Amino acid sequence: MSRYEIRFSGSGGQGLILAGVIFAEAATIYDRKNAVQSQSYGPEARGGASKSEVILSDKTIDFPKATAIDLQLSLTQEACTKYYKDVKESGTLLVDEDFVTDVPQGNFKVIRLPIIRTASEEIGKAFVANIVALGAITAITQQVSIDSVEKAVLSRVPKGTEDLNKKALMAGYNLAKARMS
Amino acid sequence: MGKLKLLQGNEACAEGALYAGCTFFAGYPITPSTEVAEFMARSLPKIGGAFLQMEDEIAAMAAIIGGSLAGAKSLTATSGPGFSLKQENIGFAALTEVPCVVVNVMRGGPSTGVPTGPGQSDIMQCKWGTHGDHPVICLTPAYVQEIFSETVRAFNLAEKYRTPVIIAFDEIVGHMREKIEIPDKGVLPVEDRPKPACKPSEYLPYDDSKGDVPPMANFFEGYRYHVTGLNHGPDGFPVNASPRIHTDELRLMRKVEANRKEIIRYEDYMTDDAEVVVFAYGVSGRSGKTAVEAARADGIKAGLFRPLTIWPFPEEEVASIASRVKGIVVPELSLGQIIFEVDRCAKGRCRVEGIYRVDGDPITPSQILAKIKEVK
Repeated sequence: MSRYEIRFSGSGGQGLILAGVIFAEAATIYDRKNAVQSQSYGPEARGGASKSEVILSDKTIDFPKATAIDLQLSLTQEACTKYYKDVKESGTLLVDEDFVTDVPQGNFKVIRLPIIRTASEEIGKAFVANIVALGAITAITQQVSIDSVEKAVLSRVPKGTEDLNKKALMAGYNLAKARMS
Repeated sequence: MGKLKLLQGNEACAEGALYAGCTFFAGYPITPSTEVAEFMARSLPKIGGAFLQMEDEIAAMAAIIGGSLAGAKSLTATSGPGFSLKQENIGFAALTEVPCVVVNVMRGGPSTGVPTGPGQSDIMQCKWGTHGDHPVICLTPAYVQEIFSETVRAFNLAEKYRTPVIIAFDEIVGHMREKIEIPDKGVLPVEDRPKPACKPSEYLPYDDSKGDVPPMANFFEGYRYHVTGLNHGPDGFPVNASPRIHTDELRLMRKVEANRKEIIRYEDYMTDDAEVVVFAYGVSGRSGKTAVEAARADGIKAGLFRPLTIWPFPEEEVASIASRVKGIVVPELSLGQIIFEVDRCAKGRCRVEGIYRVDGDPITPSQILAKIKEVK
């Protein structure tokens, strides 16, 4: 595996930095790969465009930021518009189909999924949208096993929310699998 | 095999401090360094240590000097605005020879500047921030594993040479997460300050007759002595007279200068046959490595010199590189600071070209590669 770049983008408070951390933990601790997770956010605690990046590689990772993105997730229109230009040719832009309506055109694949709607309606809690997204990303990227991601989710989420998060992860995973088949 | 963890640079710094035997942290939270304080606040009470949140950064620096005088290996962590406030007490620690470690997770400045963005514009302040001639050791790790090991080394150097040691890294490296292995106890060396063998009644805290680093007694162990920011004699009481001021200031500098070989550490990557060398530390060093690999793939003989010790500056090493290359490229997240040192050591023997960036993003490998091509 050469360098593989993933960006989680949306609004501050949606848990996308945590999603990146969990994905990197799944890759490094459970799948024993090399990964670097970094983030960029503004001084505000909520709102504003926020992004978290995970670089995967079988070699040492020196430059830690994404510049030619294999997969970008965007949960808000603002983040999508601000960040999509780094998606590489033949890369994938994964957007929330309700919140990103003006989808940019380019030499990349677009996948639209009802991520936030799945979290709020199917799981019953909008705040697990980040975990639904993580499931979808696991299915689309096929870089890290879903078992490892599940282990990493369970090690990072608050006690008492394990079942909820497991359900959210699998809902996202199955949603993306169904869309891709 | 130690324990594998996915950690932030800031967390690895705290882990390194604990490994080195740090039992006291005093600080005032400031982005992007706060995770160091949070980690120490969680960890120190569990091992019988102490965490103090002080009223400001000045007091936090004073508190770790006190903690160290009482025998506790002590740490504080801050960022630009707080680092500015700490300067007077850093000078006090240098003159009174109190070991302590100060972490500066650099953000954009001046003033409150860019709290959540990376910077490398405090690097001259690390050396010249406090007034007067004084020894400085400043380490610049760039990888999470390296932040851990360099933090251990920072404590060792502080203890061994009885001097404040600064660890300076940027927001990106501080907040980034990588897999690290926390080695078992005993794998990395841990050093403690030289202790006096004499009776308390015979103790002279600044007696330089037996070496440049006088033994240090901890307070509350029976040894009483005077600590002052005035130049002082062997007994610690003020002496503002010749020749003591002169000889003592030279001794302070010599503690670091005479031990450059041990203190200076760096990564030398493919500089042997290089025509162009990138000189960079922190996140810019990581970009530099990727750029050098890309240049080599293009058939360009490029190399990287990445200092882990920025102060004392690796003068001989840079001079040696300058004498055999066409150019040195210096990317830094400032408007040009460490390039002055590189230029001073190159002494006109090769081109020295900077790449500067202060917009909150790192310098990319492609920016560096373009400059390498221009210089070769």
